[in-house]
Amino acid sequence: MGHDHSHDHTDPPSDPALRVKALESLLVEKGLVDPAAIDEIIETYETKVGPRNGAKVVVRAWTDPDFKSLLLSDANKAIHSMGYTGRQGEHMKVVENTDTRHNLVVCTLCSCYPWTVLGLPPVWYKSAPYRARAVSDPKGVLAEFGTTLPKDMKISVWDSTSEMRFLVLPQRPEGTDGWTTAELEKLVTRNSMIGVEQALTPERLQARESNPTA
Amino acid sequence: MNGAHDLGGMHGLGPINPEPERKEPLFHAEWEKRALGLTLTAGWLGQWNIDISRFARERQHPVAYLSNSYYENWLAGLETLLVERDVISSEELAMGKAIDPAPKELTDKCAPASAVQDILASGGPCDFPTNDPQEFKIGDKIKVIQFNPTGHTRAPRYIRGHEGTICDYYGSFIFPDENAQGNKTGQHLYNVSFDGSQLWGDGNDTTIHVDLWQSYMEKL
Repeated sequence: MGHDHSHDHTDPPSDPALRVKALESLLVEKGLVDPAAIDEIIETYETKVGPRNGAKVVVRAWTDPDFKSLLLSDANKAIHSMGYTGRQGEHMKVVENTDTRHNLVVCTLCSCYPWTVLGLPPVWYKSAPYRARAVSDPKGVLAEFGTTLPKDMKISVWDSTSEMRFLVLPQRPEGTDGWTTAELEKLVTRNSMIGVEQALTPERLQARESNPTA
Repeated sequence: MNGAHDLGGMHGLGPINPEPERKEPLFHAEWEKRALGLTLTAGWLGQWNIDISRFARERQHPVAYLSNSYYENWLAGLETLLVERDVISSEELAMGKAIDPAPKELTDKCAPASAVQDILASGGPCDFPTNDPQEFKIGDKIKVIQFNPTGHTRAPRYIRGHEGTICDYYGSFIFPDENAQGNKTGQHLYNVSFDGSQLWGDGNDTTIHVDLWQSYMEKL
């Protein structure tokens, strides 16, 4: 990562690792930033706030019709009632996949993403090619994720241009009657809640679990 | 502004190459963690808002914006804002060393680790009242105005001048174009659907939903 060559102080380091380090030490020296607060933020998104939150919301909607109807009519109320509140989840809208319509979420202008239920966005979600093509060629984008939809399935793309954050409610896979909540949650991938994939089928889950590195 | 950030519909950017979900680390380098944390904690000093900070990233040279990784763009935006808002000087930034002490009103805002959970959990709601009448209702046909603002806007190029249908009304929210200039005003916010064929040509049967503020649109 680091440069070996020396440079004087009029030539700021261009390596982001060095720039970040210099900036943090400056802001700490000036009493503007507490490094322990940064540690706390990182730990929050590494261990507490992530896509398992969203999976719990989805499975509750699959198993509790009253919750599902609240989730679709007033997502804020439904999601906040599960304790998932805060930064980049202040205003939520849930869009439901059906037999005839598949939903896909993007932010063409930056990287808006529902942090409270999905955590921090993956690199591909923030990448230029995804942001460019999700709105103009969603089928091509889905194909890059290995997702093929039935021929007559229509696609709705949600471009997150305001502070409203979108979560896709994937369809509950067939063959999951009687499954426990914990089992169902395993079917709900992060990508299925962005809309680049569908929820895992029981067969795909089994294949994954028998080959965890695949 | 018509910057490199306004990517909807652009060609030639190559494949997405997503990392498999189960293998992708949350961060790809230690410095990314610090860049995220610095951006959030410096933001809590209250010297700018989310639209000012988006605009700081957007107005980089397009070559820089598209060459940078995402957290490099965050870092570039943060450096710009800290200097522009006189939180630090460009000399201090270059040296990574303080020359002048920060004023007490700023250091008083430094968030301790013990405050982080509360700050993250309360977030920053963006609804904000307006006295303007609500001009559109669900089902109305609208046309997005044709405009080319040099400042920050959340009306992407690919829908400007196009016809759409109001399909949801969210209430009144902070208007980003003004907020990026430090003016906090409310405006009615809608979700608007567009036909793929209208935006991208025959044969595109996608429906594209975009959130748009009232002044971006006129009634058809």
